[in-house]
Amino acid sequence: MSGRDLSVGIDVGGTNTDAVVLDADGTVLAWTKQATTEDVTGGVRAALAAVLRDLGPARDAVSRVMLGTTHATNAIVRRRDLGRVAVLRLGAPASTDFPSLVGWPSDLRDTVLAGALLAGGGHLVDGYPLSPLDLDGVRRFLDGLDRTGGGYDAVAVCGIFSPSFPEQELEVAALVAEHAGADLPVSLSHEVGELGLLERENATVLNAALHRVAGDVTRALLVAVADEGLDAATFFAQNDGTLMAVEYAARYPVLTIGSGPANSIRGAARLSGADAAVVVDVGGTTSDLGVLVDRFPRESTLPREIGGVRTNFRMPDVLSVALGGGTVVDLDRRVPLTDSVGHRIRTEGLLFGGGTPTLTDAAAAVRPGTVPGHDLPGLPRGTRDALAAALAVAHERVEAAVERMSLGRTDLPLVVVGGGGFLVPDAVAGAGEVLRPGRGDVANAVGAAIALAGGRADQLCDHADRDAAIAEASRQAVERAIQAGADPHAVEIVDVLETPVSYATRPTVRVAVKAAGPLARLSPTGTTSPRTSLLPS
Amino acid sequence: MPRSTALAAATTPPPPEPSPPPLRPLTAVGPDDVAPLAAGAAVFGTGGGGAVHTVRLSVGTAVAEHGPVPLVRVADLTADDVVINLSAMGAPSVGIEMLGAAAQARTLVHEVEQLVGRRVTTLMAAEIGGSNGVAPVGWAAQLGLQVLDADGMGRAFPQATMIAMNVAGLASEFAVMADVVGNVTVLRTRDIAWLERHARAFTVAAGGIALGAHYLLDHRTAPGAVIEGTVSRAVEVGRRLLGAADPVAEVADELGAAVLVAGKVIDIDRVTEGGFTRGSVTVQGVGPDRGRLLRVEIQNENLVVVEDGEVLVSVPDLVTVVDSETGEAISTEMLRFGQRVSVLAWACDPLWRTPRGIELAGPRAFGYDLDYVPFDGTAAVGA
Repeated sequence: MSGRDLSVGIDVGGTNTDAVVLDADGTVLAWTKQATTEDVTGGVRAALAAVLRDLGPARDAVSRVMLGTTHATNAIVRRRDLGRVAVLRLGAPASTDFPSLVGWPSDLRDTVLAGALLAGGGHLVDGYPLSPLDLDGVRRFLDGLDRTGGGYDAVAVCGIFSPSFPEQELEVAALVAEHAGADLPVSLSHEVGELGLLERENATVLNAALHRVAGDVTRALLVAVADEGLDAATFFAQNDGTLMAVEYAARYPVLTIGSGPANSIRGAARLSGADAAVVVDVGGTTSDLGVLVDRFPRESTLPREIGGVRTNFRMPDVLSVALGGGTVVDLDRRVPLTDSVGHRIRTEGLLFGGGTPTLTDAAAAVRPGTVPGHDLPGLPRGTRDALAAALAVAHERVEAAVERMSLGRTDLPLVVVGGGGFLVPDAVAGAGEVLRPGRGDVANAVGAAIALAGGRADQLCDHADRDAAIAEASRQAVERAIQAGADPHAVEIVDVLETPVSYATRPTVRVAVKAAGPLARLSPTGTTSPRTSLLPS
Repeated sequence: MPRSTALAAATTPPPPEPSPPPLRPLTAVGPDDVAPLAAGAAVFGTGGGGAVHTVRLSVGTAVAEHGPVPLVRVADLTADDVVINLSAMGAPSVGIEMLGAAAQARTLVHEVEQLVGRRVTTLMAAEIGGSNGVAPVGWAAQLGLQVLDADGMGRAFPQATMIAMNVAGLASEFAVMADVVGNVTVLRTRDIAWLERHARAFTVAAGGIALGAHYLLDHRTAPGAVIEGTVSRAVEVGRRLLGAADPVAEVADELGAAVLVAGKVIDIDRVTEGGFTRGSVTVQGVGPDRGRLLRVEIQNENLVVVEDGEVLVSVPDLVTVVDSETGEAISTEMLRFGQRVSVLAWACDPLWRTPRGIELAGPRAFGYDLDYVPFDGTAAVGA
């Protein structure tokens, strides 16, 4: 294979930073697992250096580096490095019953909220103004925050029906830039989420609070690539399994929050050779299931909680069940509990000389040698029977979860990855073949490396004009995907969503189109780097 | 949430039958009662009634700020008490974006007081099922009013005429509607059809969602014309559901409900038109129920349950599909293939079993060619 067509995929997890190198056919040429470091950069640098060392002279053929990370999610869950956000909601007097950040865990709200204003503004569903936009009120509110000394690190703006009518949010962004300087990060809700005021506002506030975290991660990638002297375009993986530019990831970190599951699903499927599959990632505490359909993870539009905060942007449809290698077994009731010893299994599990019976012990009781080099101590017959019974219950729960995700298609293969994969039996009712690909432990990094370039566009139109509107939105989405680096010959429309708008004066429909395709192959001289031409998708 | 407000005016009053007394009446709804009330209201939603998640936040905030809301029984209403019935109407897709304003209920109550020349003391939910069953507690907290431990349905229903006061033959002389920005309209229409039409026009102009007040009640008219004890009951159902080891059994016991089947959803045939969901869901038994197939017919709410061609339960008796693990009610639009569910059924309030109740809300009122057969289940009703 000639030309510069190697891709590096990096996955920054809470514990490990993994990296892989794939060639144009998707073959894994090199892989590594390194410890994630506090500053992120150290782990990314170590992982990148390790795979490049393995490549040797072929390293010059690396033209792209893609990074996927759960770093933003971890920052929210652990309440670390979050900025203080001034929240501006436009829409008074509507929504006064629902203060900003209502329903958040109080410690997270105290960490993040610098102050909130419900200002005049917003629209009705049909575009009629709810109330005049109160720019003076916004100015006074920001002055007040400045004066009281609390200050704020970022601003979130969320207007009622702004996904349909975004102009006021843009107007307020301009005012904030004028007031506090263009460097102050401003997150606009119409760029973050869909209809559903509280969930979209929550996502926008989280996005604003993650500004510093996003800066750390994007800098880590750029620094590591520069240190290695690579002439490579850099990308971030986002929630829908497509890529975004580094500058965009720095502004919209919340859109990377679902990239972990998206990469896991796509990477595991690629490693197994399946085009459509149910994927289960069995960890120490949970098993996470997702589905690959038409090359993309099936998405869910149901509200989803992140660190106890309800949000509504499109995320992979993932079902988490409390079953993992460290799941504790109740010997009296002969069932798995929802508790897990997690990573402490290496001291607490029976196999490792501890006193807590786990599902790993149950698997070893039924099939000795499950964990090479470790054997169970002599156990009473009753204990072994109870472990076996609990493992059978775990198998039933896996089958129920697979059935729920497959939506009745019993022919889809089941791809098993993760350290607790032995909990999944070799035959699962409700699924086709059970596949256990090699290198399943770096599936996330593989998923990042094979992510596609995508573009989205939407149009609001009269119902009678919907064909023309879909055509126009499709044209824009394809154009944006190509701008994002997609191969013009391979880009295609992958999703068309139509939503009728009720209670409007004329029958109205909103069409949303998504286009995606593999990144264009680069010439040997690497002149078509899309690094600076990426548009928000 | 009903598709239209229950703004009914009746013509033929049958003799009202008394409702059963509440089992464990509460005297106030405090901060710790809001989550159970929401969970219980979802169970009484029988698949409809609107999601309770958002309203739980506003009511929780209001009760935390203003303190517990006194809950008064019908028998304890005095000659000074004036009760007004409240409900929201509109498109759910708008309801998640253009959220309610604190001033809306205040505007309505003020307008009603101007109209009748008396102080309103008590709010009542038009339907206990779903969000409309929870919201009045928040408004009462803000306005310093009490809530009647009763509602107009004892469940959720989709149509204006399906309300206890109409069954009992009471007329509503007027209706008042208010939108989120403070516009308010008083409606005195010739009949229910005109009221529906004008209320809908107001709602469109208001941006797709509005709050309505109607059916002024007092200590003389309320007895026998409302479903009593339903707020207490919803809280009690929610309490036994949340955090129980076997929530389905706890809820069934509290309701006197039969668990018709424990199984999994294997088919959903559902269309949504103009905020109205129609179709059916098929549940296949698992465990002890293996081999059984039940079909639940849906029109916003769960209306009829059929097994082997035989009708097991029909509206106005109550049918709720709950998560087999958590016991939480699953609304019709949230049903998904493969969910592990249990189907609960229990008897409706006796008011709905009167000839007029069956005429207004029996199977034929929903277009089913079936006679209503009272469901009394395998579990003793009211046990």
